[in-house]
Amino acid sequence: MNYLHDIQSFLPGIVVAITGLTAILITAFKKSTGLVYNVSLAGLVVATILAIQSLFGEAGTSFSGMIVYGGPAAFGGVIITLGTLLSLILSREYLQSKGLESGEVYGMMLFATTGMLGLAASNDLISLFVSLETMSISLYVLAGLWYSKNYGAESALKYFLLGAFSTGFLLYGIALIYGATGHTNFMEIAAAADTSLLFLGGVGMLLVGLFFKISAVPFHMWTPDVYQGTPTTLTGYMATAGKAAAFVAFILVLSRMLSGSETGEWSHVISVVAILTMIVGNLIALAQDNVKRMLAYSSIAHAGYLMVGLAAGTAAGYSGVLYYLFAYTLMNIGAFGVIAFYERNKELDFTEIDSYAGLGYKVPAMGVMLSIFLFSLAGIPPFVGFVGKYYVFAAAVQADMVMLAIVGVLASAASVYYYLRVMVYMYFKEAHKEYSLKSPGMLFKLLLILLAVLTVYYGVEPVLPTTGLFELLTSFSYV
Amino acid sequence: MEILLNITIYLPLLGIAAILLMKNESAVKWSSLVVTTATFLLSLPLFFNFDIASSSVPQYVTEGGAIFAGMDVKYLVGLDGLSMLLFMLTTLMGPIVILSSWNSVTKSLKGYYAMLLLLQTASLGVFAALDLVVFYVFFELSLIPMYFLIGIWGGSDKIRATIKFFIYTLVGSLIMLVALLYLGFHAGAAMGGVDFTADWRFISSPEYTIGLVEQTWLFLAFSLAFCIKVPLFPFHTWLPYAHTEAPTAGSVVLAAIMLKMGTYGLIRVVLPAFPNAFMEFAPYMAVLAVIGIIYGALVAMVQKDVKKLVAYSSVSHMGFVVLGIFALNDIAMQGAIIQMINHGLATGALFLIVGMIYDRRHTRMISDYGGIAKQVPVFAVMFMIATLASIGLPGLNGFIGEFLILNGSFSSALYANKVYAILAATGVILAAVYMLWMFQRVLFGPITNEENKKLTDLNMREIGLLIPLVLFMVWIGIRPVDFTQYSEEWVETFITTSEEKSMAVLDQADMNELPNWTTKIYNVEEHQSGSQFLVNKTD
Repeated sequence: MNYLHDIQSFLPGIVVAITGLTAILITAFKKSTGLVYNVSLAGLVVATILAIQSLFGEAGTSFSGMIVYGGPAAFGGVIITLGTLLSLILSREYLQSKGLESGEVYGMMLFATTGMLGLAASNDLISLFVSLETMSISLYVLAGLWYSKNYGAESALKYFLLGAFSTGFLLYGIALIYGATGHTNFMEIAAAADTSLLFLGGVGMLLVGLFFKISAVPFHMWTPDVYQGTPTTLTGYMATAGKAAAFVAFILVLSRMLSGSETGEWSHVISVVAILTMIVGNLIALAQDNVKRMLAYSSIAHAGYLMVGLAAGTAAGYSGVLYYLFAYTLMNIGAFGVIAFYERNKELDFTEIDSYAGLGYKVPAMGVMLSIFLFSLAGIPPFVGFVGKYYVFAAAVQADMVMLAIVGVLASAASVYYYLRVMVYMYFKEAHKEYSLKSPGMLFKLLLILLAVLTVYYGVEPVLPTTGLFELLTSFSYV
Repeated sequence: MEILLNITIYLPLLGIAAILLMKNESAVKWSSLVVTTATFLLSLPLFFNFDIASSSVPQYVTEGGAIFAGMDVKYLVGLDGLSMLLFMLTTLMGPIVILSSWNSVTKSLKGYYAMLLLLQTASLGVFAALDLVVFYVFFELSLIPMYFLIGIWGGSDKIRATIKFFIYTLVGSLIMLVALLYLGFHAGAAMGGVDFTADWRFISSPEYTIGLVEQTWLFLAFSLAFCIKVPLFPFHTWLPYAHTEAPTAGSVVLAAIMLKMGTYGLIRVVLPAFPNAFMEFAPYMAVLAVIGIIYGALVAMVQKDVKKLVAYSSVSHMGFVVLGIFALNDIAMQGAIIQMINHGLATGALFLIVGMIYDRRHTRMISDYGGIAKQVPVFAVMFMIATLASIGLPGLNGFIGEFLILNGSFSSALYANKVYAILAATGVILAAVYMLWMFQRVLFGPITNEENKKLTDLNMREIGLLIPLVLFMVWIGIRPVDFTQYSEEWVETFITTSEEKSMAVLDQADMNELPNWTTKIYNVEEHQSGSQFLVNKTD
């Protein structure tokens, strides 16, 4: 066994894990959160670079087949590390303004990221489970960060209880699959799979566990409360990096474990869940007056669009999902970032939509950027969100699932209403009172500008500029 | 020249970058004016160097590399006989709408001019795009600035109006997106070598045909999107609302340019891609168009608000355009194309004029005016020319379009019934009634309202911005051939191609494989047994 090769294949994850441990250790002995932040930042930058580098490397499995690297796992790794990096930078200033900053926050983020990276690289039910739990438990902690107010405790508890429940499903599913096939490795399961009730029941339960993590309807109940109670930048982190990890794991399960012709008929199940998710997520979002809850339902709806790509079940569909995750990470962290920018000010409760009245004129750049992110989330060209939607719906149409695409576009037409509503308040209504907004740090501002520019750039120039990357996405092999 | 076309499209976008950096309000105004004027001047060489004899072939084509890997979606712009005039209309309206807002807009000036410029780029892009995905992107992009123009600078009920406008149009175009995806994969398979193509040149070419079942659904999806945009009755309900609440410049652009995107799309995409469905559904579309013509005119007649009246008159006039398009012969199609321009000029001018009087009196109610002709003679003359152009007085542009459309519809083989043209002609009479009646109530008679005695006449800026419109109204009215020649060859070619394509599809149709309803709708059996010719060729 070649340990060096194993380590190399999961290098970003290992770097993040070590950085996380270092961060926690520093916190234990020194009171300086600044140092913890800098260490975390440095570790993440390194991990991101390594993740990007791994895109161009080869693909294969390591750790005795527990981990897969290259292909979708590598792309997922880039999204996750990038999402974490962006959230980390935005979090510092935001958390400071709320008095929530501590070294453990960064430590927990890094641990969660380790779990996400593992999840997005799982090739075995055991590694899937362990990574999922590493991610989830860290996220439960982050969700409860604001325990003193703003539904923080409720959010964490709810997340934890429902999460534990779904983990039960997942584990039971794993047990049944193991019982039916005698394997835990995806490829070996695929080879030994049959259509026995035991196996199908096991897969069903495994999917329930995954549906919970991507907040698909009807397993979405936790999402709005958790998103509302979690500090805003961390909500953005959960909604992007966490979701990306779960979706990449989903792709790996579907493409590697359930790729057999007889056992691969899960597309209908996913279609139904996708339709439900798109409709329910968008309809309930229409009625939300809290911006974070609105974005929570919107994230449910986006999970629905993403599932359209999964349901298509083709290489084009999976690439569409991966691209969508990338797009979603840019625009969603951007949107949460601007909201976090407003929330740093204590004059009004900036999670309530009413507080956004006339806000667009206060700091024009921020208003414009939030508009860009929201238009992009709504899937209006020429922003990156449109390209993501285009890819997944195109894949569905290509796979003869026109109805699914029609439901998708109609649902996203409904979604426009609630995204526009924020802009209606920002630009079309008069401000309630006079106040001034604190100007943010340079890095915070630059990061948001960068996200806005990328949101437009990738909308106009949809192929990622690095040559070969897209070929890699469209042609990744499942072996 | 290719580069010139691209510069023309994107110059307004550069203008936005420039004005966002400016502090001084008048600098913002002046640079917007300079940018749009430059756009217009740059578009002139495109107009004069256009090869009229081969107007069915896109000219000044820029073709970029594939945007989406594995799919033939590319940046592809160019102008042909169909788009040339609309493109010019758009560049012409640019400086005019900027000038029209000179003093009337004071709130967040930078944003306002940025939105107008963005709208300019989006509209030019719609007319120049030859790749349907690029077309779609520009089509949607144009919604965003209009959304803000109505929402921020609009009237009292602006929020409802702008949301209704946005969502209504978006629903249509999203359904079109799915249809576009389907069409793209279908065309890609036919083209070979790619999965997906949205190249209009291929989709409209004689080599590419689509089966009857697919055509029906695709036709319905595309037409829905375009008919909402036109707006064709019964999808018009967003329009009067949006027009009334929009600021003057917004109304002008909406009427003169954005409505044309709908009719333009019908000719550009629907006709050459789905000719069978186009022909079979033509009578139904004509029914809707005629209802729109008469209904719009009747509703316009009872309006108390001048702007709303003009808005409903748009519904009526755009009905004519749709009627002309679906008549599917050279005359009516030519009429429809020139009528798009006419409507843009005349209704654009009317909205400008209403805006001017609104700036002075802050009311648009007909009853608040009366007898102001003596007070404001120049205004009265301008108003009269626009009114007469709008109702189709011979010698002005409106007549040309309506005459060609009615003439073509009368002899249309597809309609096969003169009732359409006859009923539509009553729309012309009704137009005279509501327009002249409104004109009389606003301008003639004794002055009933004291405040109207203080009205000032048009200033040089206002006269200046109306002059080009009036000039073109007269020019098209007297020498229409200077303009219609641009689309002549295009219309001939594509009507012939579409008819041939439809015949080919019917010839190839397999009676046993098609569902029953399709064979019924398209009369496949009669066609294949040779007992009936669907379309008589018109030369």
